[in-house]
Amino acid sequence: MTTGTATGTATGTAPVLEVRDLEVRFGDVPVVRGVGYTVEPGEVLGVVGESGAGKSVASLAVMGLLPRHAKVSGSVLLHGRELLGAPEKELAAVRGDTMSMIFQDPLSALTPVYRVGDQLAEAVRVHQRVSRERAAERAVELLDLVGIPNPRQRARAFPHEFSGGMRQRAMIAMAIANDPDVIICDEPTTALDVTIQAQVLEVLKSARRETGAAIVLITHDLGVVAGIADRVLVMYAGRGVEAGTVRDVYHRSRMPYTIGLLGSVPRLDAGRDVPLVPIDGSPPSAAALPPGCPFEPRCPMAIPACARAEPPLAEVAPGHSAACVRSGEIGEPRPVPPEDVPTAAAGAYPGVPPPRPREGRAVVLEVDGLVKHHPLTKGAVFRRRVGTVHAVDGVSFDIREGETLGLVGESGCGKTTALMEILELARPERGRVVVFGRDTAALTPHDRLAVRRHLQVVFQDPLASLDPRMTVHDIVGEPLVTHGYTDTGPRVRRLLRLVGLEPAHAARYPQDFSGGQRQRIAVARALALEPKLIVLDEPVSALDVSIQAGVINLLAGLADRLGLSYLFVAHDLAVVRHIAHRVAVMYLGRIAEIGGADQVYGAPMHPYTQALLSAVPIPDPDKERRRRRILLDGDLPSPADPPSGCRFRTRCPKFKVLTDAQRVRCVEEEPAVRPLEGDHGASCHYAEKLGVV
Amino acid sequence: MAGFLLRRLVNYAVLIAVATSLAYILAALALDPRSNYEGRSPRPPAAVIDAQLSLYNLNDHTPLIQRYLRWAGDVARGDLGRTWNGDRVDAELRRRLGVTARLILLGLVIGGVAGVLIGALAAVRQYGWFDRLSTVTAFLVLAIPTVVLANMLIIAAVWLNDHLGVQVFLVSGEETPGLEGGVGADVLDRVKHLALPTLSLAVGQIAVYSRYQRNMMLDVMDADFVRTAMAKGLRRRTALVKHALRTALIPAVTYFAFTFGSLLVGATITESVFGWHGMGEELVASIRSNDVNMVAAISCFAALAVLTASLASDVLQAVLDPRVRVG
Ligand code: SF4
Ligand code: SF4
Repeated sequence: MTTGTATGTATGTAPVLEVRDLEVRFGDVPVVRGVGYTVEPGEVLGVVGESGAGKSVASLAVMGLLPRHAKVSGSVLLHGRELLGAPEKELAAVRGDTMSMIFQDPLSALTPVYRVGDQLAEAVRVHQRVSRERAAERAVELLDLVGIPNPRQRARAFPHEFSGGMRQRAMIAMAIANDPDVIICDEPTTALDVTIQAQVLEVLKSARRETGAAIVLITHDLGVVAGIADRVLVMYAGRGVEAGTVRDVYHRSRMPYTIGLLGSVPRLDAGRDVPLVPIDGSPPSAAALPPGCPFEPRCPMAIPACARAEPPLAEVAPGHSAACVRSGEIGEPRPVPPEDVPTAAAGAYPGVPPPRPREGRAVVLEVDGLVKHHPLTKGAVFRRRVGTVHAVDGVSFDIREGETLGLVGESGCGKTTALMEILELARPERGRVVVFGRDTAALTPHDRLAVRRHLQVVFQDPLASLDPRMTVHDIVGEPLVTHGYTDTGPRVRRLLRLVGLEPAHAARYPQDFSGGQRQRIAVARALALEPKLIVLDEPVSALDVSIQAGVINLLAGLADRLGLSYLFVAHDLAVVRHIAHRVAVMYLGRIAEIGGADQVYGAPMHPYTQALLSAVPIPDPDKERRRRRILLDGDLPSPADPPSGCRFRTRCPKFKVLTDAQRVRCVEEEPAVRPLEGDHGASCHYAEKLGVV
Repeated sequence: MAGFLLRRLVNYAVLIAVATSLAYILAALALDPRSNYEGRSPRPPAAVIDAQLSLYNLNDHTPLIQRYLRWAGDVARGDLGRTWNGDRVDAELRRRLGVTARLILLGLVIGGVAGVLIGALAAVRQYGWFDRLSTVTAFLVLAIPTVVLANMLIIAAVWLNDHLGVQVFLVSGEETPGLEGGVGADVLDRVKHLALPTLSLAVGQIAVYSRYQRNMMLDVMDADFVRTAMAKGLRRRTALVKHALRTALIPAVTYFAFTFGSLLVGATITESVFGWHGMGEELVASIRSNDVNMVAAISCFAALAVLTASLASDVLQAVLDPRVRVG
C-alpha cells in the first residue's frame, strides 16, 4: 500500500514537522493507516474528519503520548529529527518546548489539585532554568497574554474555578510558555460555546502571531478549518483521503468523501429550502474495513474498480492530492453531477412553504411569561440556599400548526429548563403554558394524558432514551400499546419505513444500530401516536455531520409531509437554520430575539444575536475570511445574579459605543421583546439590523 | 470553613451523646454486676452487695432512669464513674488508650504508606508481574482471618527465635516486666515486642490500601491531566508522581484518618493474640465482667474516636482537594 504525503506548497523552507507513513495499531486494529503531512513554519494545517477517522490518535502518536500498548510505526520528523522510537528523555525535552499540544476538554486536562498559575509555572520550569519566582511571574504574563482578566489574581485559582473558555485560554498559555515551533491542537474548541469558541480561536491566532509557531488543528468542524487553516488534510477510516490548500479542498474537492462532507454540513448561509446532502450509511469500524477504497460502501460514485484496491493519496494537481480512482474525472466543476447525488428515502424534501399564512393557522403551543427559578444551594452535607438561579425569567413565544420554532442559545441560557417546564404540563412557577389551546395549569390528570398523546419528545442521546432490553418493534410499539392499540405490527412497520429504517430490522435491539439510526428509532416512537407537536432536545448534536444531515432532512421532511409542529431546542445555529421556520434566541433566561428564520438570520437586530451569528463559522474559506466577527467580552454572567436592566449589557458590543445618556436606559430598564417588523422582535432598546452571516 | 466546622462539631456532640446514652442503657439492662458479688465465696450479705453496688451506681434495684441520670450527670462533669470493683474508669481508660495507640500507630503508618506505594506501583505496571503478585497476595491476606494471620506470625517468629538461638521477637505483652539495663535496653525490648503486632496490623492494612490505591491510581492514570503534564515535558514517572499520585492520594489519606479512629477500639484480636492490654481487649473484658460503666465509657470513646476521625478525614479532604473547599 502506498501512502502519499500532504506536501507543502513549494516555498522552499524546511518543514518544522514532517509525518510519514504513520501507522497506529491497538492490538490487531489499525486505527491510523499511513498518514503523512508536512507543516511549514508559521503555517496552519487543518486535519478534519469525523469521529473514528483516527485524527486524534494520529496527533497523540506524533507527540508520543499514546498509551504503551499502542503500536506505532512510520516516521515523525521534527526539524528533521526522528521522534518515533526516541528515548523518553529526548521526547520529554521536546514536548512542551519545541512542540506543544492543546487538548479538547480543558476541565479534565488541567490537574484539579494545583493552582492554574502553578501548572503554568511548572511548564516554564521544565524547560527553562529560571527561579520559582520568575516562573510564577512568567505564568502571570502568559495568562495576561491569552486575555485572562486580573491574571495575577486568577493565577491563584484552581481549574474548577475557571470557566470552560478560560481553562482553554490557560491551556493555550501553557502551550506557548516555551515559545514552541509547532502547536498541535486537538479539537480545541469543541467543548465550548460558539461565542467562546470565537474568542479562543482569536487567542490561538494571536498566540501564533506571538510565537510564529506552526499549528496543526485537528477538528471535525469544517467551518473552523475554513476560517483559520492554510492547508487541509481530510481523514477517513484512519488515513488521509484528500489534502491541499484550503481553497482547493473546499472549492475544488477531488474526493467524493470531501464533497459529501461539505454537502452535509449545515450552513448558516443556506436556508431551509436548501436540503442537506447526507452521506449514506456510516463510517466503517477500524476493525472491519472494506477491501479497496474504505469509502466505497457509502460512495455515490463507486465503480467496480473501487472495491479492488485501496487508492493511494496521490497528487491530482500541484499541491493537491486525493485518494480516489475517479478524482481525475471529478476535477471541475462542483458539485457532483446530479445523477450521483444520493437521495435517501426520506432525504430530500420539497421546499414547500407552509401552506397557509401564519396568522391563519392554529396555535399549538403558547408560552407566555414563563418563569422558572431554581434555588442555588451550597455545601454537600448541610445544604443551604444561598441564592436563586433565574434559569427562565419571563419567556414568551408561540408555535403554530405545521411550524418549527428553533429555540437556540448557548449553555446556561435556559433553553433546556424552558423545555422541561413545558413538558411538565403543570402549572408553571409564573406565566402560562397553553398546549393545543388548553392551559396546563387547569389540566386534570386525565386531560394531561390526552395532551401527552399529541405532544411527544425526542432527546439528545438516543441510546440513553431507548431501553436496551427491548426490541425496536417493542420500543416503537410501546406508546401504541399504552394507548390501547392491539395489532401494532403493521403500524410499527409503517413507522419504521417512514423514518427510513428497514422494517425487517424490527426484531433487533437498539445497540445493533448506529447513532443516526437510533435517533430514527426515537423519532419513529415519537410519531407512533400521530402527535401534532414534537419537542426535540438537541436531537442531532451527538451525531457526526454526515449522519446528522440525514436526520435533519428526515425531521424536516416529516414536518412538511405530516404537518407536524416542532419545538426544536439546539445550541447549533447552523442546524436550526436548516429546519426552523422561526427562531427564538435566548440569553440568560430571556428571549433576546424572535422572528422568522430568514429575518433573524438575514438581518438580526439584537446585538447578542448578531454576535452569536457572527461567531458561527461558515465552511467556505472565501466567505469565512471576509466575515466580520463580533467578539464578545468575557463569559456569561451568573444566572443567579443577572445584571440589572438589560442582561446583555455587560458584554454588549453596542453598549460600548452608546453615549452615557443612552446607556442609562440599558442599565436601568429591562428591555422587553418588542415587535420591530411584522412578528420579528428583539429585546434591545437600540435594536437595528445588521448583516453578519 | 470555620462555620462549617462548628456546625459539624455541634452535630457530632449530639450524635455522641445519643450513642453513648443508648450504649449505657443497653449495658445497664443486659449486664448484671450483682452476680459478680454474688459469685464470691464466701458470698457477701445482700445488704453489703447493695451498698457496694449503689456506691458505684450499679445497683439494679435503683430505677434505670435514676441510674442513668446520675451517670449522665457525672459524665457531664468529666467523671466516667467506677468499675464494678471500684477502680476509676477514666484512669483505666487512659492507660488502655496509651497501650492501643502505641500498638496501632506504627502498624497503621507502615501499612498505609507501604500499601499506597505498592498499589500505585501495581497500577503503573497494570497486569505486570508486580501487579499480579501484589493482587494475589493482597487477596490471600484479606482472606485469612486476623487471628490466623497473627498466630502464623507468632509460629514463624518462635521458629526463627529457636533457630537463631536468640530472642529476636518477643511474642507476648508490651515489655518485659522487671527488665534492667537502662533506657537502651528498654527501648530494644519494646521494639522486640512491637515488631510482630505491628507487622500483623501492617500486613492487613497493606492489603487493603494497596487494592484501594491501585484502583484510585488506575482511575487517574489515564486522566487527561496526566497526559497534559507529559505534553508539558514532564517525564512519565514525574507526571505520574506529581500529578496522578497526588490526586489519587486524597481518598487514601482521608481513609487513613478513618481507619485510625476505628482501630482505636477495634484492634481487639491483635491485642489479645499478642497479649497487649489495650482498648479492644478491655471492651471484651468489661462486657464479660458485667462492667456497665466501663462498657458505656468505651462506647462513648469509640463514638468520639470514629466521629473525630471522620471530621479529620473531612478536613484533610478539604485541605488536599481544592474542589471540595467551600467558601
Ligand atoms: S475510489 Fe471509488 S469508492 Fe472510493 S471515493 Fe473514489 S469513487 Fe468513491
Ligand atoms: S438594550 Fe442596551 S445593552 Fe441591551 S442589547 Fe440593547 S444596546 Fe445592548
